[in-house]
Amino acid sequence: MTIANLWVVLEPAENGFTSTSLELLSHARTIASSVAGVTWGTGNSQAALAGEYGATTLFCIDVPAQALPGAAVAAAMAGGELPDLVLIPTSYDGRDIAGRLSARLRRPVLTNVTNLSADGHTEHQIFGGTRLVDAHFTTPGVGIVVARAKSFVAISSGGAPATVTPLAIPDLGRRGESSITNRHVEEQTGPKLEEASVVVAGGRGIGEVTGFAIIEELAELLHGAAGASRAIVDAGWVPYSLQVGQTGKTVKPDVYIACGISGATQHMVGMKGSKVIIAINKDADAPIFQMADLGIVGDVKTVLPALAAALRARS
Amino acid sequence: MNIVVCVKQIPDPSAPQSLDEHHNLNRSGKLLLDEADTYGVEMALQLAEASSGEVVVVSMGDATDLTGLRTALAMGAARAVVVSDPALRGANALDTAAVLSAVITSVSPDLVLTATESSDGYTGTVPAQIAEFLGWPSVTFAKSLSASENSLTVSRQSEAGYDEVTVSLPAVVSVTAGVVEPRYASFKGIMAAKSKSVEVKTLRDLGITLDQGQAITAVTEAPSREAGEKFVDDGTAAEKIIAFLESVKAL
Ligand SMILES: Cc1cc2nc3c(=O)[nH]c(=O)nc-3n(C[C@H](O)[C@H](O)[C@H](O)COP(=O)(O)OP(=O)(O)OC[C@H]3O[C@@H](n4cnc5c(N)ncnc54)[C@H](O)[C@@H]3O)c2cc1C
Ligand SMILES: Nc1ncnc2c1ncn2[C@@H]1O[C@H](COP(=O)(O)O)[C@@H](O)[C@H]1O
Repeated sequence: MTIANLWVVLEPAENGFTSTSLELLSHARTIASSVAGVTWGTGNSQAALAGEYGATTLFCIDVPAQALPGAAVAAAMAGGELPDLVLIPTSYDGRDIAGRLSARLRRPVLTNVTNLSADGHTEHQIFGGTRLVDAHFTTPGVGIVVARAKSFVAISSGGAPATVTPLAIPDLGRRGESSITNRHVEEQTGPKLEEASVVVAGGRGIGEVTGFAIIEELAELLHGAAGASRAIVDAGWVPYSLQVGQTGKTVKPDVYIACGISGATQHMVGMKGSKVIIAINKDADAPIFQMADLGIVGDVKTVLPALAAALRARS
Repeated sequence: MNIVVCVKQIPDPSAPQSLDEHHNLNRSGKLLLDEADTYGVEMALQLAEASSGEVVVVSMGDATDLTGLRTALAMGAARAVVVSDPALRGANALDTAAVLSAVITSVSPDLVLTATESSDGYTGTVPAQIAEFLGWPSVTFAKSLSASENSLTVSRQSEAGYDEVTVSLPAVVSVTAGVVEPRYASFKGIMAAKSKSVEVKTLRDLGITLDQGQAITAVTEAPSREAGEKFVDDGTAAEKIIAFLESVKAL
């Protein structure tokens, strides 16, 4: 398979598209001769941004603001003249679109992809990122690929604004019978977890919910963001938006500081791309030490306050 | 309200995993209920108990061991249907969803619950694929849900926080860990589960042709990170970390 025509699903975000969308678009133009974006909502006004990152055409789907986009976007895409491959960001709505499109077109979907080559081969990680799987589509027809955040780097191509082409939504039947009645936005200060150059993450070893305060303080002192393992998200100590790992966010900061985190494969797969990793754990055999550039065998209850005090003294 | 919960039986996740010669996960031995599915089972039981409905668990996969399905039955599900067929070994998400949808159609529930992703396959696309096959609305990533007459209100996780979504029934909803606290099966439940029905179906029973439009070419060792220095805290760990941060120019 060679990819002549490629569509990239560009997920709307405040002032543009999500960072993963732009990462995928940047990669798309290195492997395909013709690249189009597909977006919804207020996409019309983003033709310049889509063009700047490599799309020549921007397909816009008029999804009402209170609708979940999955069914509508998939149906509209399926009604268009399909490309060789559709590339979709791993996100809540991205997976809905991919699943719906796959079933609608009876075409398989490759997920958790971290690399895609011009011959249509994909790479994804299994067993906590210790093995790489090379896969590809074996039957003719459009390939659907869902790729993870931070797999590629977003680079502007300086292209001209994309040509906007509307894509109509066919009758969805019962598929569209859902609506968003209210949106809750969690307050956030400091850099975003996915974009921070320093991430300080806490796990079950912080002991209790109040133990997270020191994680947040360290993040602030280092001008970074706080993160968490799933153990303390499931325990309800911190919101899911802080979760790092397979089912959470992928982060690649300059420095990742894991505090009281054992280093389960599902956690490591979300942070092993960090430039340097510091781990603090009282168990000298914790798996996290196998990939830590600096491993501190110690108690977070003493090490973290001392570190915060030392940092405060410097600022 | 009658509810189908899609549950997966998986090899013990705490045991080392390996692949067979076709690059499929080795699934010999005991098959456990995917922990991710226990939340859907519990949620379904609570909704069904409040409306004197029934919970049916539906699964696709090896039926040589039924430990996982018995766990769901011991929690309180009424019966189980499992589709097992040699042709389904290594089935992709699309085929999985096609098979599950066919069974769901025959059960004809008011609601289908799934986890957001399975622990061994984690494609996360099966719920939306099922919804599309059924022609139903879906809400993925539910962190709480409540039922009224013909609809559900769902708090759906979002990038920024969460959205409140109403969805008409029947629908497919995927639930996150933490949506409810799964119960432990009681002794009575475990005994009762032994006599509950587990219906095993084959592909021929469902009349489905498979897609199988993807293949794995190779599985290779990923480049691994080297462990660096290990320092046992003697009271100077903070200084050690500061010096390290300085050396990598993070301070
Ligand atoms: C399908 C699936 C997906 C998953 N996705 C994710 C994911 O996205 N992200 C994720 O993080 N996990 C994920 N998990 C869960 C993962 O397997 C682990 O359960 C989880 O990461 C463990 O979190 P933890 O390290 O905080 O807790 P634990 O494993 O309990 O580790 C706590 C650590 O703290 C140390 N400790 C205790 N007290 C102290 C102290 N006073 N000082 C210093 N150290 C101390 C202990 O030695 C231990 O190493 C997933 C699991 C599954 C099955
Ligand atoms: N073989 C299967 N049998 C039953 N349910 C499944 C199966 N595969 C996936 N599911 C359901 O779909 C969810 C998402 O799975 P996946 O798309 O594989 O990550 C799972 O958590 C299950 O609820």
